[in-house]
Amino acid sequence: MLTLDRAVARLPDWTLAADLSVERAAQVAVMGPSGAGKSTLLAAIGGFVPLSAGRITWDGVRIDTRAPAERPVATIFQDDNLFPHLSAFENVGLGIAPNRRLVGAERDRVEDMLARVGLEGMGARKPAALSGGEQSRVALARAVLQDRPVILLDEPFAALGPALKAEMIDLVSELAGARGRTVLMVTHDPRDARRLGGDTILVAEGRAEPPAPTGALLAKPPPALAAYLGQVEARGSNAYLPPGPGRERT
Amino acid sequence: MARRPRTLTVLGVGASVAVAALVLGALAAILVRAGGFAGLRPSDWGAVRFTLWQAALSALLSVGLAVPVARGLARRRFPGRGLLVTLMGAPFILPVIVAILGLLTVFGRGGWVNDALGAVGLPPVGIYGAHGVILAHVFFNLPLATRLILQGWQDIPAERFRLAANLGLSPARIARLIEWPMLRATLPGALLVVFVVCTTSFAVALTLGGGPRATTIELAIYQAFRFDFDLGRAAALALLQLAVTAVAGLVALRATMPEAVGRGLDRPVQRWDRVPPWADVAWIALAAAFLLAPLAALARRGMPALTDLPAPVWQAAGRSVAVAAVSALVCVAMAVAIAVAAARLGGARATAVELAGMLGLAASPLVLGTGLFIVTYPYVRPQDAALAVTAVVNAAMALPFALRALVPAVARVEAEYGRLADALGLRGAARMRRLVLPRIRRPLGFAAGLAAALSMGDLGVIALFADPGSATLPLQLYRLMGAYRMDEAAGAALLLLGLSLAAFWICDRGGRVDADA
Repeated sequence: MLTLDRAVARLPDWTLAADLSVERAAQVAVMGPSGAGKSTLLAAIGGFVPLSAGRITWDGVRIDTRAPAERPVATIFQDDNLFPHLSAFENVGLGIAPNRRLVGAERDRVEDMLARVGLEGMGARKPAALSGGEQSRVALARAVLQDRPVILLDEPFAALGPALKAEMIDLVSELAGARGRTVLMVTHDPRDARRLGGDTILVAEGRAEPPAPTGALLAKPPPALAAYLGQVEARGSNAYLPPGPGRERT
Repeated sequence: MARRPRTLTVLGVGASVAVAALVLGALAAILVRAGGFAGLRPSDWGAVRFTLWQAALSALLSVGLAVPVARGLARRRFPGRGLLVTLMGAPFILPVIVAILGLLTVFGRGGWVNDALGAVGLPPVGIYGAHGVILAHVFFNLPLATRLILQGWQDIPAERFRLAANLGLSPARIARLIEWPMLRATLPGALLVVFVVCTTSFAVALTLGGGPRATTIELAIYQAFRFDFDLGRAAALALLQLAVTAVAGLVALRATMPEAVGRGLDRPVQRWDRVPPWADVAWIALAAAFLLAPLAALARRGMPALTDLPAPVWQAAGRSVAVAAVSALVCVAMAVAIAVAAARLGGARATAVELAGMLGLAASPLVLGTGLFIVTYPYVRPQDAALAVTAVVNAAMALPFALRALVPAVARVEAEYGRLADALGLRGAARMRRLVLPRIRRPLGFAAGLAAALSMGDLGVIALFADPGSATLPLQLYRLMGAYRMDEAAGAALLLLGLSLAAFWICDRGGRVDADA
């Protein structure tokens, strides 16, 4: 179980507070207005934003004092998930052994995982020769191979079209579900949260709420979420409004 | 997020400390050895005056001539434009002594210009003396100034010119409203850069200047060494040189320093005002002729001699290649270590590490050489130390340029991919090999090429230390010129030019081939 115990992540001009737990193997969406701190929540768990108070534990063991690579967490960021000078195979291979060459059996595992995400035979390509969806698959393959119990996804599929995004979310569900991984996925889109199933953490006004069932939350949204969902609907129906929110605060 | 002490950070800090120790140690030696300024002769103060006014005049001429050339290049498209702009970047890696020989072939006694003057019954012009020094400085700095100003022109947003076309502004109004403000911002920096470059001129003054009316401080240092072996006076002169460089450098730092090296200038500005092209054509043609004729003349003269150059030339070439390789390696290794350390330390400590690496800018090669001579000659015969000192001093001199290319590159890699690498636990040597080095290949190759070419063509430190047995190719070339073996000199110059360009090209190319965006 992943627990944020009265944790406060303090950035120069604001803070994010979280006091919540996520069950092992849960698949949880993280939703809320732009700039509310969704990415900050993930960055705090991943080790990229320090805590100023409280602690983060995994199965009772404190992890917020560890370096990012020593936490039981694999992160897929919004962008720049792949090293552009390495092939898809090498990028995925970093998930097994970042600091040495792969040995025979490990190479087979990389090939298998590439096949699992639908990229069989494409391992030699560099990211520039892959589509956006294929790049996401490479990042996902690596995150799964990293063999960490928690996978954090910071809206990595935001740039994909609706059908492709749904496909990727299903793939995440399937791969993570089969291995009992815990998933936290930031999204703007209530449809993504529904697709993922499970619970949703609402992040608004500097607070991350404990996970609540997504269906109930969307059916009867608290005021902050209602305001945000209103915006989403308006954006959907009015083509002249500016395009969706840009990069999240991290 | 506890961090262990990192080997690379330690190496980077070590490299910057080593550079600081080299520069400051040399300066300390000079300070100790200089017995005050009482020993200076009137001619030495004359050298100070000459250094300042020739640098000022060279800067004015170079920048003044560069403005119309840059304007022409900014608004005209023609075949070969890209090549010409690229060539304008070449004087930086062109060995000074090669260019001087080229200028002599065109402007010297029995050169093309005097042949033409004689044919129409005019008296010949001489190239030796103050005007020869200034001519050579303009040759080197006109392209530099042109690129700086061209950069300014290309930084004007295209929308301004579109707006001007929309409003129907005349060329004169465009000049006043759009181009003049840009020039006012760009020219002071360009003038200062050229001025600073010209105050540390040694090889030009050595070959074309000399005598009471055309001796620079650097040349006076060399003469105090070679002719009088008066180390006290050489040290005092080095202090004067240092003062000039430091003051000019500080002023230049405060003015906005434009960037001249390694940026894409191959895109002409789209304009809608129709100005007759004749003036631009004339300026560009004149500039191209001025810059290319000396090299063409040299090639014509040197080609036949290239096949049977005397053995000492080839031996000197071998030494030059070795010096260039060592110098480039040392420079790039230090630059990468410092850049990585700066990226990791961040804040004031990063600035300190980087500034220490930049200290080479404060001292000219000859000043550093003087200091190192004073330190080493009680223990080592100067000719034995010549090649090592040349490699080290040139590495320190090229380091600021390398840092300028590599520090932002490494910082960008860390900003873009540092988080991902941290998350994956990619660290130490693997992080360098798999992330940092592949992603900084282009600036790395460029920096290595620059360091190799600069040290290959160096005629400064080596002149203080070397004897015939340890001469590098530029020094050997200077000796051939001194012996009036001009055909052999032209052949050796071609060889040196080829080696310098090849050294730059191989390194720079190595960074580009198969590099991913």
